[in-house]
Amino acid sequence: MRESLSIWFFSGILLLAYGLLIAGTGIWEFFGHPPAPAPVLYQLHPDIWWGGLMTALGLFYTVKFRPR
Amino acid sequence: MYSAFASASLAAVLATPARHSLVRLHGVDIAVIAIYFAIVIYIGIYLKRASNTSEEFFMAGREMTAWIAGLSFVSANLGSLELMGWAGSAYQYGILATHWYWIGAIPAMLFLGIIMMPFYYISKTHSVPGYLHLRYGDGTRGLSAICFAVMTVLMSGINMYAMAVVMKVVLGWDLNFSIWVSSITVAVYVALGGLRSAIFNEVLQFLLIWLGALLIPVLGLIEAGGWTSLKAQISQRMGSEYIHLWSTTAHFRDNPMGIHWTGIVFGLGLVISFGYWTTDFLVVQRVLSAHSLRAARMSPIIGAGFKMMVPFIVILPGLLALSVLPFHLVPANVAAVTGQPSYNEVLPLMMVRYLGPGLLGLGVTALIAGFMSGMAGNVSAFATVWTYDIYGAFMNRKASDSHYVAMGRWCTFIGVLISVGTAYIVQHAASIMDYVQALFSFFIAPLFGTVILGMLWKRATKAGGFWGLLSGTGTAIGLWIWVYRDPSALRYVALSVDARAMAADMYRALWSWLVCVFVTIVVSYTTRPRPVAELEGLVYGATKIPEEHDDHWYQKPIVWAGVIAVVFVALNIIFW
Repeated sequence: MRESLSIWFFSGILLLAYGLLIAGTGIWEFFGHPPAPAPVLYQLHPDIWWGGLMTALGLFYTVKFRPR
Repeated sequence: MYSAFASASLAAVLATPARHSLVRLHGVDIAVIAIYFAIVIYIGIYLKRASNTSEEFFMAGREMTAWIAGLSFVSANLGSLELMGWAGSAYQYGILATHWYWIGAIPAMLFLGIIMMPFYYISKTHSVPGYLHLRYGDGTRGLSAICFAVMTVLMSGINMYAMAVVMKVVLGWDLNFSIWVSSITVAVYVALGGLRSAIFNEVLQFLLIWLGALLIPVLGLIEAGGWTSLKAQISQRMGSEYIHLWSTTAHFRDNPMGIHWTGIVFGLGLVISFGYWTTDFLVVQRVLSAHSLRAARMSPIIGAGFKMMVPFIVILPGLLALSVLPFHLVPANVAAVTGQPSYNEVLPLMMVRYLGPGLLGLGVTALIAGFMSGMAGNVSAFATVWTYDIYGAFMNRKASDSHYVAMGRWCTFIGVLISVGTAYIVQHAASIMDYVQALFSFFIAPLFGTVILGMLWKRATKAGGFWGLLSGTGTAIGLWIWVYRDPSALRYVALSVDARAMAADMYRALWSWLVCVFVTIVVSYTTRPRPVAELEGLVYGATKIPEEHDDHWYQKPIVWAGVIAVVFVALNIIFW
């Protein structure tokens, strides 16, 4: 039997999981639980938009390359 | 794989003093790392069902698309030591470190795709020593296979030990824990899924490195006030020679690297780079897994496009650190005495500066993934060369296909065990690392001479190939011993009293390549050549390259190679 799951599907799953974790952490911090010490430029909240970007990309790849 | 490209950096990374850990991980960071390990192991288990024949196990069934083979091709070289080492070099030497990513890679990758790939692919060889067997016979194959197998598995061990040291310095992890967890994981997923598993993980690693590292230059440029402001700050603090690629290389003493443009162009750009990117089986194996000749030709071209962008996540953080860090980094030997952070810690320091919980775990995972895929690359290439070019060629020529697959799986475990043993030996005798790295670099430059003459010159003979390779390797060893015993001899090897260590590698490679080419030509003219009919599929002029029927002009590999070449020239002019 040949493999049926594409590498891009695995990439999508990984991106989606990481995106949700990182964006979720960023949102948690945004609502009153900032990290101590805060990293430089924390006020830009890179974890929220970077995590959000990863979630969107991960969702796209997971759906597009899902096993049929 | 870690190569001769960053030998100086590796030594420095391993000399990094062990003190407090740089990074403190949170629960979410541990979860990010754990997810990576789970997916890696699952991929190995999942792909075992597609790795039952030798073609599937060793060559990934030759089914990879150009994009997957291309990303794997460039990812196999994008190890964490290289990332950390060259970020540190950028801090130490400025933008000059970019040469190892541009002239030290791009022309060779394009040359592989356009000129050399048809011969590797049409000959249906399983390996670079396999091509040498077809072109020059068993002597040259045996010499190159044994050197490659031994050096690859030893380098894997050094890589493993280096990873453990970095994990100790960055995270405070125990050496034994890092060595055994990483080696067992790599052994499991490569032994189960073969090259296909290694390639899949390299593609994931490539994504992780970009995702984990891209925020650093983005946030760094915001903090520094943009590229123009960054250049002004570096010029003021360090001097303008830190922000120019070529204008300071007219003399050894005019630039912080102590290097001359001839060494960069001919030593690095011509010999070391072409030797590594076109004949090191570790990277070439990825391209050989492509599903068609067109895909095989496109893979290195796609890889070159991504390689050209790597300085953004490696060199730029080093330059940004010169501007934004409130303290100075020092050489590793000074750091070992004073306890200050060393150059090679610049990337982890920049990660800690900008990345909070979660993102930091992603950055650390990118480093771990880089280390593990480097080891996996070494081990899968070792298993292939051992099984096809040593065991199958000289010990057991008539075994069944399933026997060779079983041998490949066992080789993977044995290769990992030897690597673990090497890691522990290096731990107690660090000087061995210098010798192993040097040995690896000795072989690559002359091997390029042997392969390129074999592909482009019909008159090259079996004896010419063997004696050329042997004499070129001997020249590299001789020059290394000469400079090692008498450092002042560097002035003769590099042709200048102002030359520094970086220049030694480049000129040693250049001389050993020239000797290899000279001896191959002389011996070939004194020995009888093979009939042209026997060279079909192996040599330019004796081979009909299959026509590629692309539907559109923009599907042609030569078009994309041209685009990459134009961008490459433009970047060198912009940062001149």
